[in-house]
Amino acid sequence: MAKMIIKGGRLIDPLNKIDKKADVLINEGRVERVEDRVNAKNAEVIDASGMVVCPGLVDMHVHLREPGREDEETIQTGCKAAIAGGITSIACMPNTQPVNDHESVCSSIIEKAAEVGLADVYPIGAISKGLEGKSLSEMAHLAEAGAVAFSDDGKTVMDSNLLRRAFEYANSLGKPLIVHCEDENLSDAGQINESYISTVLGLKGIPAEAEEFIIARDISLAKLSGARVHIAHVSTSGSVSLIREAKKHDLPVTAEVTPHHLFLDEEMLTDYDTNLKVNPPLRSKKDTEALVKGLRDGTIDAIATDHAPHAAFEKEKEFIYAPFGMVGLETMLPLCITNLDMNLSTLIEKLTVNPAKILDIKAGNLSQGSRADILIFNNNAKVEVDSSNFFSMSKNTPYNGMKLKGKIESVIKKGKVVFKEGKFVE
Amino acid sequence: MPLETKHLLAIKNLSSQDINTILETADSLQEVSTRDIKKVPTLRGRTIVNLFLEPSTRTRTSFELAAKRLSADTVGISKSSSAVIKGESLKDTAKTLGAYNVDAVVIRHPAPGAAAYLADYMDASIINAGDGAHEHPTQALLDLFTANQHLGSLKGKKIAIIGDIYHSRVARSNILAFSKMGAKVLVVGPPGLIPKEVEKMGAQVSYDFDEVIPEVDIIYMLRIQLERQQQNLFLSVREYVKRYGLNSKRLARAKDCVVVMHPGPMNRGIEISAEVADMAKNLVTDQVSSGVAVRMAVLYLLVGGVSGLG
Repeated sequence: MAKMIIKGGRLIDPLNKIDKKADVLINEGRVERVEDRVNAKNAEVIDASGMVVCPGLVDMHVHLREPGREDEETIQTGCKAAIAGGITSIACMPNTQPVNDHESVCSSIIEKAAEVGLADVYPIGAISKGLEGKSLSEMAHLAEAGAVAFSDDGKTVMDSNLLRRAFEYANSLGKPLIVHCEDENLSDAGQINESYISTVLGLKGIPAEAEEFIIARDISLAKLSGARVHIAHVSTSGSVSLIREAKKHDLPVTAEVTPHHLFLDEEMLTDYDTNLKVNPPLRSKKDTEALVKGLRDGTIDAIATDHAPHAAFEKEKEFIYAPFGMVGLETMLPLCITNLDMNLSTLIEKLTVNPAKILDIKAGNLSQGSRADILIFNNNAKVEVDSSNFFSMSKNTPYNGMKLKGKIESVIKKGKVVFKEGKFVE
Repeated sequence: MPLETKHLLAIKNLSSQDINTILETADSLQEVSTRDIKKVPTLRGRTIVNLFLEPSTRTRTSFELAAKRLSADTVGISKSSSAVIKGESLKDTAKTLGAYNVDAVVIRHPAPGAAAYLADYMDASIINAGDGAHEHPTQALLDLFTANQHLGSLKGKKIAIIGDIYHSRVARSNILAFSKMGAKVLVVGPPGLIPKEVEKMGAQVSYDFDEVIPEVDIIYMLRIQLERQQQNLFLSVREYVKRYGLNSKRLARAKDCVVVMHPGPMNRGIEISAEVADMAKNLVTDQVSSGVAVRMAVLYLLVGGVSGLG
């Protein structure tokens, strides 16, 4: 395989604390050198002047709908959407049909992803069989088959004792648990955040406490078991405080936030737009401010999409009958660049090395010898969101027509340009 | 004067001017229902669909009579007689009705936002006859109309709405409507049935009926649904009746000129005692007859176009 030099860009590699103008030399699909100036014979040169060059992004919270709902997303379309969004590694949640609670499902996802050969796909195994919260799945077999973490995402294991056993087991396997925190008794089939907005719209509310209560419980279980716990899609100010406090006590707790919980709030729901129906629900402005603050001070480690494709006919229903979730892979980076007043290097950290560390996967950095998964983007160029151009099969986004900053120029996977100027390179 | 709005979806986005126009028009149309021949030709040739996807007797009858007294052609669709029971989506129902080229659709639906949804997919005027716990604007308009007739201007008057505020579209529409007309609104009920931050809608909250009853001009009783007890939202019928039921003993502590209202159907012996239900102060039948006039006004103003009142 030929050599390649990415020249003249602003290189950001948070793991190695690099943020400066530098060149990258790639050889045999791996990063050979990062230096102020690199020259090499017979190397293909990619001019990145005026661009940002960073590790391919890592999205630790994605719903691929294969197996089961291939009308909404397949491993192939999901991987394409990821690459188009600058994301070269994704972790996929187990709520497929059948559920990824068995090594055969896990292996099949990995095999299919390898066939597609675009983004790296890291399956997350189910904590409980069938996501039913009744008995644990065979976690060791799942880990052996390649599961990087365990989660019943979308559901909370309400039985605290069962979850304790899961924590202990996951700990023995060295894997984190990723928890969806929602007390189902308190949320009680709610539709949106419980507040003035839910009252005016006549929709059943989900109180912030439904999330905070379970986060507090799961932090306690992490303490009890010593296992690593990762809090998925944090949405409330109270949750940020709980996680901040846990970190102060050096408990093994990490957390992620989605772009929609950072940048959208419940006040946008007045037209019953089902594309804004997500779980956890969009919260108040005050909550979004607390989330940004938590992201800034390191309480929240990672940004993840919770990419949740849904068929148009399902989202076109009356609000209470529509499913929760929105797609996010193709809009994450420009949304963050446009809306987050944050040092770019810190932002990239939340999008690369931090989620990679949590999942313990080899991705998200440009260290010597690491796989050359690289994103080149223009920090200032404008893009307009047009869901009809999405590579994802589903178009359930509330951002359509929005003008954002941050344009993906090229995506390099294992040293090869796979995506350039909005198109896949054959 | 035509309305500023094409649809009647919610009191929330209805201007005070439109509310007054509807009430004034209802005032002039009320007389039609007292004639020997209760019909004017105003909406002749117009088609109105009553799409009732949730059980309703009085609202449906009221809209049906209103349309007929204006000479419109009406078609009634209920859930059991429609393709909805075969799983047709509301989008397809909207497109189908749109293809019939109807002038207005009156919709009753269990989902909040369903009327607005229909308005997105149809050219016809959409009239919300109750969408889940969201709003029931014509009920609020007929309540304003009835209250106006008995009390004159509502400015500075106090209304207490008692009962299940949480699940009630009538309460939501009335909080907004009476506030817009300058009245003070109190909501009273057990804590589980008071929705969060309802104060921001313009209502004061009380859990104590006895405390508020002496100061109000209108007592508005809501129907309590007995299945709420299973959710522990109220604890027993006995306790509910004791704390929130309206009986003559409790009513005796109210102002002499107080009026009692209820959207119906009443649970005699539960939220309202049989005695109070039959008192002259109880305007429930006035509300029913006002309902026809107000709905005639709404239909006339939304689909009447240029033709006169005849």
